[in-house]
Amino acid sequence: MIPHIATRKLSMLRSFSLFLCLFLCWLLLSGMPAPFLLSAGLGSALLVVWFARRIDIVDHEGHPIRLLWPALLSYWPWLLKEIVVSAWQVSRIVLDPKLPISPTLVRLRPSQTTDVGLVIHANSITLTPGTISVKVGREEFLVHALTREGAAGVQRGGEMDKRVSALEKWPEPVR
Amino acid sequence: MSLDLLRDLASWTCLLAGGGFCLVGGIGLLRMPDFYTRMHAASVTDTIGAGLVLLGLLFQAGFSLVGAKLLMVGLLIFFTSPTASHALARSALLHGLKPKLAPPEASSKP
Repeated sequence: MIPHIATRKLSMLRSFSLFLCLFLCWLLLSGMPAPFLLSAGLGSALLVVWFARRIDIVDHEGHPIRLLWPALLSYWPWLLKEIVVSAWQVSRIVLDPKLPISPTLVRLRPSQTTDVGLVIHANSITLTPGTISVKVGREEFLVHALTREGAAGVQRGGEMDKRVSALEKWPEPVR
Repeated sequence: MSLDLLRDLASWTCLLAGGGFCLVGGIGLLRMPDFYTRMHAASVTDTIGAGLVLLGLLFQAGFSLVGAKLLMVGLLIFFTSPTASHALARSALLHGLKPKLAPPEASSKP
């Protein structure tokens, strides 16, 4: 179905994109365009790409370039909004004299099918204040929530679950 | 109103708000009853607290090398902080630290 050429092309594209990221990191952190430093950075970036290819981590998990645009344009803005909203709620709980917490453990069956998707989902849960993913598995997440309302928001088919699944299914020609 | 003043205003608003959220996180750390609930308070500090402080500094740095480095710091926190929190909570549970839970169906109001 998928020609072998396409696989190789994508693999080269991934390596090239990894190289660009590494070299850009070097340039930004060094900030000095001296010939020696530039060539040292070039050499280091190439060396790291070579190592990464040799230990076979330049794949859809190690360097998920296909997720860049949908993540940047759609998922991260939404996640940012969620973080701000729930940080505000947790702050209000902290400053409330009665400390109205109702700590709850809740189990969740995530609908993601890939490991990258599961990790994004679990990390997003932890990143939003008020919920922490305590145990993460393919079948089930165990989530600790500060309040019952927070626990109710974490569920299969909930908005975060749906959005991560949509992100994960973003079209990719080859794995 | 000059552009510099506007930038300083935006920057200081973010810095002060970020500092405020860090303080709230610290207060929460002291007020919460057990390990897991304390982690929730701490996550206010390292998401919105750190984020707003970085944003405030970003207004000062503008489109410069320092600005790019601040963005890289932000990205680093964005990816590593939830991973570290998860590792912490997971190992606490694996070592048998039971979370204090609210009674199942009781209302939180008196």
